[in-house]
Amino acid sequence: MNRQELQALAGKAKGKHEQFKHKICVCCGASCISSGSEEVLKKLQEEIKTRGLENEVEVIPSGCMGPCNQGPLMKYLPEQTIYQKVDCNNITAIVQSQLIEKKPIEELLLFADSREKPFVNSNEDPFFKRQMKIALKDCGDINPENIEDYLAAGGYRALEKAFFLLSPEEVIAEVKQSRMRGRGGAGYPTGLKWETVYKYVSDQKYVICNGDEGDPGAFMDRSVLEGNPHRVLEGMVIAGYAVGSSKGYAYIRGEYPLAIKRFELAIKQATKLGLLGKNILGSNFSFDIEVRIGAGAFVCGEETALIASIEGKRGTPRPRPPFPAEAGLWGKPTLINNVETFAGIAPIITNGGEWYSETGTPKSAGTKVFALAGKIKYSGLIEVPMGTTLREIVFDIGGGVQNGGDFKAAQTGGPSGGCIPAEHLDVKMDYESLISLGSIMGSGGLIIMDKSSDMVDVARYFMEFCMDESCGKCVPCRVGTKMMHDLLQKICDNKGTQIDLDRLEELAVYVKETSLCGLGASAPNPLLSTLRHFRKEYENRIMNHQ
Amino acid sequence: MKSDTAILSKELPKTDPRVKLIAAKMKKENYKPDALIEILHTAQNAYGYLPKEVLAYITKSLHLPPSRVFSTVTFYHFFSLKSKGEHTCIVCTGTACYVKGAQAILNRLEQKYSLKPGQVTPDNKLGIQVARCIGACGLAPAVVIDNDVQGKANAEEIIETINAKTGII
Ligand SMILES: Cc1cc2nc3c(=O)[nH]c(=O)nc-3n(C[C@H](O)[C@H](O)[C@H](O)COP(=O)(O)O)c2cc1C
Ligand code: SF4
Ligand code: FES
Repeated sequence: MNRQELQALAGKAKGKHEQFKHKICVCCGASCISSGSEEVLKKLQEEIKTRGLENEVEVIPSGCMGPCNQGPLMKYLPEQTIYQKVDCNNITAIVQSQLIEKKPIEELLLFADSREKPFVNSNEDPFFKRQMKIALKDCGDINPENIEDYLAAGGYRALEKAFFLLSPEEVIAEVKQSRMRGRGGAGYPTGLKWETVYKYVSDQKYVICNGDEGDPGAFMDRSVLEGNPHRVLEGMVIAGYAVGSSKGYAYIRGEYPLAIKRFELAIKQATKLGLLGKNILGSNFSFDIEVRIGAGAFVCGEETALIASIEGKRGTPRPRPPFPAEAGLWGKPTLINNVETFAGIAPIITNGGEWYSETGTPKSAGTKVFALAGKIKYSGLIEVPMGTTLREIVFDIGGGVQNGGDFKAAQTGGPSGGCIPAEHLDVKMDYESLISLGSIMGSGGLIIMDKSSDMVDVARYFMEFCMDESCGKCVPCRVGTKMMHDLLQKICDNKGTQIDLDRLEELAVYVKETSLCGLGASAPNPLLSTLRHFRKEYENRIMNHQ
Repeated sequence: MKSDTAILSKELPKTDPRVKLIAAKMKKENYKPDALIEILHTAQNAYGYLPKEVLAYITKSLHLPPSRVFSTVTFYHFFSLKSKGEHTCIVCTGTACYVKGAQAILNRLEQKYSLKPGQVTPDNKLGIQVARCIGACGLAPAVVIDNDVQGKANAEEIIETINAKTGII
């Protein structure tokens, strides 16, 4: 396919959608599927058929819409009306009321059981109103298993623009200007990384998409891969063009079978249309992507370990430098970015780097996807501008703590991060502010805790995680995490002493400073941050054994 | 236990569909050593775990030292050298599930079936495992029974489902 044919196909796909007066999306993300959305979808399709409305109403199995614990979710467009906890037995009534009589059934609307008055237009609901969707745009509105849906929504236009209107240098310049930072955790400037890889001369370079998402309690990458796989794929191809690579790998967690299936399907569809493979769209550029399935090791999210794993070996990290940008997969220059990072590329190319940089804070541009979970009223997937406060996320979007409880702490950054206490609820969620509180942004997992959480046990929990997941290559991490875990266990068992606590703090510094990779270097973070903000709880355990 | 050389030289039945599946995968990957993990995934999916004979077969076909294969298998949680049971119950102990009481569910299941995570009942009917996070955190606590994710899990309901599937009372 060439450029004109692509445009024609996109136009046709768009026309096809516009024929329909109504669209109904049924969320078929993994969470809603487990709540029974596939049966809802089937029942709805039957209902539409029985009523002879097939030419008026389009039924779309879509990706994640956000409020995952209210699933199965069903959304009516253009009204943006969302129904929650949809039961197969209600479908006839909903279709009759919503479509035919144009009267939404209020008691079945999203958040009807918890808001005084639910919103007919979900965009006006505080859960959505405060959000800004860039990486998640289209996720929840299109069928992720149909490339034409993506094309109709403007998909692959960024790729076309990059190939035909921009040089690789200009693509990199746009990404630099966007000031986007990597969403995998460390927040390294994406444009700078691309430029570094671009500058190395080599017969072969690689692009890797990090979809290992090992942080327990995080599901952003999963939702993006399941809800809009073509967006990630498009970002990878653009990256390949920019840095001069013809081969990409997507490393996806084995625990995410649906994400793997949908991404593989996306590759197949894109290849068939000539958006992957040789001479893409008639340009001189060729690019292929292969999927690699993770086998369950947290450390494989670390870039050098991930590369070892793609090479078929034990996923153990190696010292850097050399960084993957210089010597990565099979010793060749390798660009490695997170799923969400790639998902942000197409909008940057389409709208320009400057447009992206206008959102967020001076040092953290753009938006961030968070997976909101734990003791929160409305858990789910959200995307907000960088710099949104924790309070806005927890109380305005998330509806506050579950069952009207008191907020105690928010955990960010998973086993590498820390806990933010109530007195810092007004912290801006950006890279620097979180670090100043002893936590990190991490990949976007945000777990809310109420007073039922014992912070010493939280520290022990994460230390146990790091101890189990330590690859064992270097002593500070292998032995240090075990020693710290045992001390924490002792304190949890009310057998700890002040000496144990001093010892813990001392060990934390050693492990932090001398571990080979980020796993060990950040393993003490949950301990240090709970000590910083909740020291009283440790002392209570030691002095008063409670 | 059989000596390793005996295992290494043992031939697998070529007509076994599972063996055919692995053979086809190795051929597709051109017997490249870097495809080892992909091939192990295929084998694990076919058998439910990785029997020693199968590992020996892969080792020989890819011309790898047994230590390389063994060390890779034992590194990754997903691969198992023992059967995981005819039916499996995986309790997520990731952060969101931990905060929402996964440990209590696990304790109840351990007590009910006298199993610790990683163990299988003597009749091989049921195995209990833990997971780091299955990405259904919005529905925490989450439990997976034979590939079906159960959100907002409750120990007694899980026990009912398990009993119905396994015939254990
Ligand atoms: C222990 C450890 C685990 C990591 N896990 C992930 C992960 O699951 N996903 C991810 O994208 N990055 C992870 N990273 C960060 C990667 O090493 C790497 O920085 C990132 O993929 C780069 O992409 P970005 O620049 O787009 O953020 C991890 C790092 C460490 C040290
Ligand atoms: S810090 Fe831990 S995970 Fe990293 S290389 Fe050392 S032992 Fe392995
Ligand atoms: S923490 Fe249990 S599903 Fe994520």
